Amino acid sequence: MRTILYILQKEFIQIFRDKFMPRIIFGMPIMQLIVLSFAATFEIKNTDIIFVDDSHSIESAHLISKFEGSAWYTVKATVRNYNEAADMLRKNQAHQILIIPRDFSEDIARGNKASLQIVTDAVDGSAAALRNGYAQAIISGYQKDIIVQKTGLDHFKQPIETSTLFWFNPELNYQTFMVPGILVLLISMMGMFLAGMNIVKEKEIGTIEQINVSPIKKSQFIIGKLLPFWLIAMFELAFGLVLAKLIFNIPMLGSVGLLFLVAGVYMVLILAIGLIISTVSDTQQQAMFIAWFFMVIFILLSGLFTPVESMPEWAQRINYLNPIAWFIKIIRLLMLKGAGFAEIKQIFFILLVYGSLMMTIAVKRYKKRV
Amino acid sequence: MNDKQIAIKSENLVKKFGNFVANDHLTFEVAQGEIFGFLGANGAGKTTAIKILCGISKPTSGNIRVAGFDVYTENEKIKKNIGYMSQRFSLYEELSIWENLRFYGGIYGLSAKTIRERSEAVLKRLGLEDQRNAHVRSLPLGWKQKLAFSVAILHRPGIVFLDEPTGGVDPITRRQFWDLIYEAAADGITVFVTTHYMDEAEYCQRVSIMVDGRIVALDKPTALKNTYSCKSMEEVFLKLAR
Repeated sequence: MRTILYILQKEFIQIFRDKFMPRIIFGMPIMQLIVLSFAATFEIKNTDIIFVDDSHSIESAHLISKFEGSAWYTVKATVRNYNEAADMLRKNQAHQILIIPRDFSEDIARGNKASLQIVTDAVDGSAAALRNGYAQAIISGYQKDIIVQKTGLDHFKQPIETSTLFWFNPELNYQTFMVPGILVLLISMMGMFLAGMNIVKEKEIGTIEQINVSPIKKSQFIIGKLLPFWLIAMFELAFGLVLAKLIFNIPMLGSVGLLFLVAGVYMVLILAIGLIISTVSDTQQQAMFIAWFFMVIFILLSGLFTPVESMPEWAQRINYLNPIAWFIKIIRLLMLKGAGFAEIKQIFFILLVYGSLMMTIAVKRYKKRV
Repeated sequence: MNDKQIAIKSENLVKKFGNFVANDHLTFEVAQGEIFGFLGANGAGKTTAIKILCGISKPTSGNIRVAGFDVYTENEKIKKNIGYMSQRFSLYEELSIWENLRFYGGIYGLSAKTIRERSEAVLKRLGLEDQRNAHVRSLPLGWKQKLAFSVAILHRPGIVFLDEPTGGVDPITRRQFWDLIYEAAADGITVFVTTHYMDEAEYCQRVSIMVDGRIVALDKPTALKNTYSCKSMEEVFLKLAR
């Protein structure tokens, strides 16, 4: 026990004497939360649109004015020629083209089916889908106006009226969704990168030999090496939660204690992965590359940016092994839905078993004698 | 020599890396309190052998006992009884002199009081009393090596292994370093030292010379010089290593 204290003392002196580490510990959460949460948004606030108006009628002017009135649209130009519009789309001068054909107005007047064409730049597929949705919504609003006009009814009655409620994030606030996930990334990076690299650094410098030749037990060394990062990660989580509340007013509906319990178990798993990485690499560079390799896969599949449910079957299967996916799921349930232990019990035990398994492998792999 | 007096006993120590034989049937004994020079050119297999004796590398075969313990099964017991100063610098550069002494004393299980007393003695002996809070990084190499040696014997081990402790150190500091070695030996610590400097070989009570993984000579320096009719250990070494 005393031995562990001496190791801890040394580790903390080294961590806080390093120029780099305190900046990472305090700077990283602030940067990540603020920059990522504000920047990584999927909302499309502006669409530049071009009209190809072959109709030149009151109806087409009316439709265009609907777009002009929308806060989501900036009308870039109204041109006569489709090629001109297409050219502008190619040059990234606009996101969308609405083509109003010559007989648009006549078709409406005669009660034929009038047609329109929307062309959207779909390099970014999800943005294109959103923009298409916006255009459809405006057009269908316009459609209603026509029906009201034609039937002469002041108030158009729809056979079905839908009322929509958004639970758990009523304002569909993107940050509410993102911030808990970013907190998970934060503490995961802490464990996988820093703890792993810390051990490899001793290999690189050669001090590990001096440790291996001493009577320090393997378990003492590993606890002494990992515990500081476990504590720092818990601190990071607390610090991040406070920032999340102060800056973004993210709700914390569930129990904070439960969140820290889960995080404590989760960090054992993450640190075990960090330790395994350190046993297979000889330099900090190697450790960094291996950690990045797994980190990128874990993050992209985690459901932080895109829903896990919409991923292909095989990707969802990989996610069974993805600690970040599990914890993001739990933290969202806890913070946004106010889940209790019963609701997260299953995932909690998965993390517990997974963590113990990986830690066992990590400790087995770490050898004092080669 | 009876068993109690033997600090290190190696019979047919073999270490292979794949097909490469790094240590080829090394057989030698080192008596308690002896200064034993383990000489050889670069790549002769000295460091490999030292790592095996220290319990951080497994031998391929051979009967080896260090401080009375078997290297295969009791290597953790060996570690309590030895000190080791590796070829690579082994102190923590970003820690102060004092913090390094405290850490290494702590992991060898010394009491806080003992650590304090012995650290003070080390600082006094090395004339570093007013530098106790200086980061090790800022010390000249020679001082670092003397400090590393003092740290390696802080827990008063029965045997200390020194792997090229004076590499890159100026002649005066090397002399001072050997004073420290003699003091340790006078306290009863067995010193097992590798070196490239043949003047240092003369300071040893007995030396072995390794060539390509094998021990080709083992005796007192004076006896070796007689056997090979050379004036200095340098000549002996060149004759054998060639």
